[in-house]
Amino acid sequence: MTDIIKLTAAETAAKIANGELTAVEVTEAHLARIEAVDEKVHAFLHVDREGALAQARKVDEKRAAGEKLGPLAGVPLALKDIFTTEGVPTTVGSKILEGWIPPYDATVTKRLKAADVVILGKTNMDEFAMGSSTENSAYGPTGNPWDLTRIPGGSGGGSSAALASHMAPLAIGTDTGGSIRQPAAVTGTVGVKPTYGGVSRYGMVAFSSSLDQGGPCARTVLDAALLHEVMAGHDELDSTSIDAPVPPVVEAARNGSVAGLRIGVVKEFRGEGYQAGVMQRFDESVELLKELGAEVVEVSCPSFTKALAAYYLIAPSECSSNLARFDGLRYGLRTGDDGSHSAEEVTSLTREAGFGPEVKRRIMLGTYALSSGYYDAYYGSAQKVRTLITKDFEKAFEDVDVLISPTTPTTAFPIGERADDPMAMYLADLCTIPSNLAGNAAMSLPCGLAPEDGLPVGLQIIAPAMKDERLYTVGAAVEAAFAARWGHPLLEEAPAL
Amino acid sequence: MPGITREEVAHLAKLARLELSDGELDHFAGQLDAIIGAVAAVSDVSDADVPPTSHPLPLTNVMRPDEVRPSLTPEQALSGAPAQEQQRFKVPQILGEE
Amino acid sequence: MTVTYEDALASYEPVMGLEVHVELGTKTKMFCGCSTELKQDPNSQTCPTCLGLPGALPVVNAIGVESAIKIGLALNCDIAEWCRFARKNYFYPDMPKNFQTSQYDEPIAFNGYLDVQLEDGEVFRVEIERAHMEEDTGKSLHVGGATGRIHGASHSLLDYNRAGIPLIEIVTKPITGAGERAPEVAKAYVAELRELIKALDVSEARMEQGQMRCDVNLSLMKPGAEKFGTRSETKNVNSLRSVERAVRSEISRHAEVLNGGGTIIQETRHFHEDTGSTTSGRVKEEAEDYRYFPEPDLVPVAPSREWVEQLRAGLPELPRLRRNRLREEWGITQHDMQSVLNAGAIGPIVATIDAGADAAAARKWWMGELARHANETGVELGELPVTPEQVARVAALVQEGSLNDKLARQVLEGVLKGEGTPDEVVEARGLKIVKDEGALGAAVEEAIAGNPDIAKKVRDGKIQAAGALVGAVMKATRGQADAGRAREMILEKLGVEG
Ligand SMILES: [Mg+2]
Ligand SMILES: [Zn+2]
Repeated sequence: MTDIIKLTAAETAAKIANGELTAVEVTEAHLARIEAVDEKVHAFLHVDREGALAQARKVDEKRAAGEKLGPLAGVPLALKDIFTTEGVPTTVGSKILEGWIPPYDATVTKRLKAADVVILGKTNMDEFAMGSSTENSAYGPTGNPWDLTRIPGGSGGGSSAALASHMAPLAIGTDTGGSIRQPAAVTGTVGVKPTYGGVSRYGMVAFSSSLDQGGPCARTVLDAALLHEVMAGHDELDSTSIDAPVPPVVEAARNGSVAGLRIGVVKEFRGEGYQAGVMQRFDESVELLKELGAEVVEVSCPSFTKALAAYYLIAPSECSSNLARFDGLRYGLRTGDDGSHSAEEVTSLTREAGFGPEVKRRIMLGTYALSSGYYDAYYGSAQKVRTLITKDFEKAFEDVDVLISPTTPTTAFPIGERADDPMAMYLADLCTIPSNLAGNAAMSLPCGLAPEDGLPVGLQIIAPAMKDERLYTVGAAVEAAFAARWGHPLLEEAPAL
Repeated sequence: MPGITREEVAHLAKLARLELSDGELDHFAGQLDAIIGAVAAVSDVSDADVPPTSHPLPLTNVMRPDEVRPSLTPEQALSGAPAQEQQRFKVPQILGEE
Repeated sequence: MTVTYEDALASYEPVMGLEVHVELGTKTKMFCGCSTELKQDPNSQTCPTCLGLPGALPVVNAIGVESAIKIGLALNCDIAEWCRFARKNYFYPDMPKNFQTSQYDEPIAFNGYLDVQLEDGEVFRVEIERAHMEEDTGKSLHVGGATGRIHGASHSLLDYNRAGIPLIEIVTKPITGAGERAPEVAKAYVAELRELIKALDVSEARMEQGQMRCDVNLSLMKPGAEKFGTRSETKNVNSLRSVERAVRSEISRHAEVLNGGGTIIQETRHFHEDTGSTTSGRVKEEAEDYRYFPEPDLVPVAPSREWVEQLRAGLPELPRLRRNRLREEWGITQHDMQSVLNAGAIGPIVATIDAGADAAAARKWWMGELARHANETGVELGELPVTPEQVARVAALVQEGSLNDKLARQVLEGVLKGEGTPDEVVEARGLKIVKDEGALGAAVEEAIAGNPDIAKKVRDGKIQAAGALVGAVMKATRGQADAGRAREMILEKLGVEG
């Protein structure tokens, strides 16, 4: 018998479409897996058993009625708890939204439902997507399925862990500074940050509006492409959504090839702070690409050295404003309403009780960067750096088709190691942040295990804005070449849970 | 770049409506000082003749027609309210200006 | 010691800044598709966006932008080729996101002027700093206190139906040189702006309904001083009369403080209709720091020059010029025209003339009977349940002699009471002038027979005594006789030349 939970999304959808499996069977298998292992992993904040089964039954009824099914009909998915879901709790990993049941669906949620994808539940995350380890969740950390004492990345650690532990073949994340790609890298899965504006942000709780981007997470490049196509596209409810056709990502994923492509290695992404095993796997990937027929050149993007600094001004600034609405008056937590406090005091008490330390830290940092007297030196300068980084990318892409780098400088670190050292934590996003600042597209996919700790290493591919399909063309070729070399999917090497 | 004092942190907390404890004030003062010291690297370009980028996409003029769309029902609007009365959000006494 | 207004002006030059917020009359809110047609039902016109729910995003209302450009053009402003929205960050319970989406250093319209005409005909130019787009807040209801005011209330109730309604904020440059006429200039500016907004058809601009709200900034300086004095900001001065009074009372208050050796503190003040004076609002502990930054959820607005020129070409005749034209056409004085403007009667009068009435008659009815009725019932002229066409019909009936003024007033009263059209009221109330020569003749004979002494006087040459006989005829016909014709017949009967 097929092990349902090991199937890819594409395989699952095909088996449901041809009647080999029912959507209910598939859903039940995944719900059972969640039941069995999530106590250890803690990937989910909320499992919507009834909703998932109802959706699965609908798919089976459609098929029975002879209706045409979409490419992901009946496939289970784990949704990051940052997207609103009508009637299903949405917490953003924060105490301040504990118990909040949104009265509306995010555009992404709507599109998943319209595509008959089965939403299993909502996944754990760093509070308000602020973090690189999922330790900042108000509901406790998530373990990395490769080693439960280590972080699964963040902020989308629940989604990456759900994929790596086979609790779902598909997941959705959001990437503000690397929150899709870094978790993918440290769990041996695939994650894509589409071009900014490619996926609607409507109903995606905002962290940093000009950087946030939802994207697909999966175990294979093709699965990510299938999900990408379902979730992306213009949305009139999001003013920053691109009004153009979705790039042909599925076609690209089915036709992986790097022959004749020029690929740039970003010179600035190595050196101090980069783990030896990570660089070893990265260098092997470069060799592999050459073997596959790509021309690999080194490119320099000198302003990238200032990307982290610019990011830690822009993201906190926007978040200090975006999170002002959590005031205890209209929804979510309210603290101190005992008749002795004014509305203003209740707001301060609620925010004090409802936000965790990292969120407070960033709100304060952003408040500082925007305040009078500091705006030009901090926020203003950060925006200039943003321009310089965009120019570096533009210049590089005049010469090469895609850029590559390690996704993260290190493999998964132990839970607790960097918890009270914000600067050390921020380094995890060193290689991913420039693409958020410039708005272009990027992917992380597995390129092996670091020899010193046996943990997954991610290869990052970066494409120009609106050229998301290049990620899939290159990614699919790399994935196929590694699969041939390893003889099995990398995740097979993960210890049993 | 100047460091950040405990008093400044207290002022920021007030602006941001965070009722920080004394312990938090001390803790954050140290951390924010370190972070600000690190991110101050951007100010190298503060005088450079570079246009600022506030947004990654060069979009302009995204507008919608002036057409009514369905609102939420009052029940939906109030569904998350910690307290309500007379179909309105009930909040403690507001101190602000009249 | 109280400083009189005259004393104050003898030693100081007032400097004013006026900030006017206009609620646009768009169908939907500025950033979401919720209706603006505020029903009584609280929180019935809200959505994730205007409630500030997590995840919701704004999208700009095109008509909001168009209205802003029209206002900018009418105020002789430059229209930005590229501008942005910005977030103004501060916490307030009636503001769902705890920031207001507004514009900061990149307003859509800037650098204009509005010429306002004072009562004596003098034209005063008010320079405009900027006009920008923003959104309104919700409304709070304070419960538990004795007065429904914020102080003493036990709690407050919030309704967000108004949150997100488009506002245009129009800010003047400092207005100097008005001297003792500062209060009049302020009032004339707000009145002119209101006329302009109405003429543009972007808002009904009803001050009493909060569709137009004025903040008055005022400071005093010694003549010839280099710098302006410290200003006070009087908020929400919401009628033309109050604008005038607020400026006047602040001039006196500032002068009193300054003469007493005190200093003016920069603060928010509140105007009280009952006393005509202001009181101090909350003194801010520290300067506001709004931490403005470009709104990342919206993209820039870059109105094409074609669009701007198209809107410019479609602008209506400016109210002041239109008024001058009408004044000449109607042959009335500047002062009379001012009264017509103040009564809000220009529109109704023009429409009545368009419906066939002559200018004098149209003005007479709207400024007389109807203005009185509007005053008594506390509504605007345009809201009376009578149409310009109906007023024109009444005027026509008078013109053709079917009604006299007294009957016409009764007809209008019937129309206002909802008894139907003028013709229906005439019919139902039986108000037609008696033109039947037979009936009139009988009434004349009766009057002569019943008043032999008076008849004799008339016969003897005291023609003015005929008035008493006309009165008797009118009484007998319950006012429905044509008084002119009755007089003719009386004189005829008595053999006297009229
Ligand atoms: Mg304003
Ligand atoms: Zn709305």
